[in-house]
Amino acid sequence: MLRSAFVALGLAVGISAVLAQANPISERRDAMKAVGAATREGAAMAKGEAPFDAAKAQAVFKVYGDAAKKMPGLYPDSAKTGGETTAAPKIWEDQAGFKAAFAKFEADAAKGAAVTDLAGFRTAFGDATKNCGTCHETYRIKK
Amino acid sequence: MRRLLITLLVFIAFGVAGFFVLTDPRVVSPGPEVGTLPAPDLENGKLLFAAGGCASCHATPGQDDKSRLGGGLVLESPFGKFHVPNISPHTRDGIGNWGTADFIQAMTAGVSPSGQHYYPAFPYTSYRQMPAKAVADLLAYIRTLPSVEGKAPAHELGFPFNIRRLVGGWKLLFFDGAPFKADPSKSEEWNRGAYLVNGPGHCAECHSSRNRLGAIVQATRFAGGPDPEGKGWVQNITQAEDGLGKWSKAEIAELLETGFTPSFDNVGGSMAAVVRNMAQLSDADRLAMAEYLKSLPAVQGPARPPKPAG
Repeated sequence: MLRSAFVALGLAVGISAVLAQANPISERRDAMKAVGAATREGAAMAKGEAPFDAAKAQAVFKVYGDAAKKMPGLYPDSAKTGGETTAAPKIWEDQAGFKAAFAKFEADAAKGAAVTDLAGFRTAFGDATKNCGTCHETYRIKK
Repeated sequence: MRRLLITLLVFIAFGVAGFFVLTDPRVVSPGPEVGTLPAPDLENGKLLFAAGGCASCHATPGQDDKSRLGGGLVLESPFGKFHVPNISPHTRDGIGNWGTADFIQAMTAGVSPSGQHYYPAFPYTSYRQMPAKAVADLLAYIRTLPSVEGKAPAHELGFPFNIRRLVGGWKLLFFDGAPFKADPSKSEEWNRGAYLVNGPGHCAECHSSRNRLGAIVQATRFAGGPDPEGKGWVQNITQAEDGLGKWSKAEIAELLETGFTPSFDNVGGSMAAVVRNMAQLSDADRLAMAEYLKSLPAVQGPARPPKPAG
């Protein structure tokens, strides 16, 4: 029983991975949703609404770093429009700037990878999340 | 037959004369009487500079210093291209030679020191709510910023929008020049928020749809619509279901400070610049804006283009 459940789960994960592969728009949306979910956790800790937990704090930056690595490759010419995307045409007009924005996000995320205390977390979290607005301003349209 | 022709000519003459009188900047939108003002408050000027988003349009594009107000940004519109002017304190290319009364007239009546109409791409339609003292504070602050050389090119507008005098007719139809009046039945916080949102913040200028003459459709004020700057959709910020109806006051204030929505999305496009500006306000001011926004009745804006699944 347990085994078949695992198999089913494995299949489901595999299938959704394949589906996602075929659709960069939903894949990049999922990556950004993961960033949003991590930010929710991080913001709760930064504001003192949740207790500080070093492992959780580091996990936030891991999500950021992973997304920063993955995102720039999810904007092929074939995925400029469709699927409710809010990607701005600027992404394709200025690939260098777009990639540089993610390189900066990745670097800022790396700075938080080994945080152990709340003060350090707040600084690194603040720096990393500044990237959201600066990148969205240029490379995303309003929705 | 000749009499008819003469009558017609007389009518046309009256019409043209009437047009000239009625669209005269000093007739349609006279500047307010400005008495003696107290010494300017630079801190208040700085706050209004942030709340008004001045730098978002007037800072020279392509460089990081938002205090360099050399202009040059291009605003695309259905009427043509607007080239944002230099408002740095440069005496030849900016507004360094302007008197306080000139600046107040520009900000609250949309009339230049040489007596010409400004196009309402410059949101004097909102700024006019600021009292003369506040506008004077703002000018005093702008005068502390760097002087930047260089003039922006002239606007590139199609006929007939390139005739500035026609803005006089537009003002007759759509421009209310009254300053902000507090509502004594509401709290001080609400009034502060109403002033910031409708006056310096000029939120409605983007968060409303416009008619074919480019004026805000008042029935759907704040209810969002297609992005006037091009692609995308501007959010409904009334209490409608798909507006801010489900947002708490604290969540609205949070967005104005950090750009994060309750679902931890982060706003894009020019709203990111707005957030950068609003982040410079106090918590109390952001909460006041939220208090006011929470009081806006739910209004449905124009229908969004259909959303594909996924």
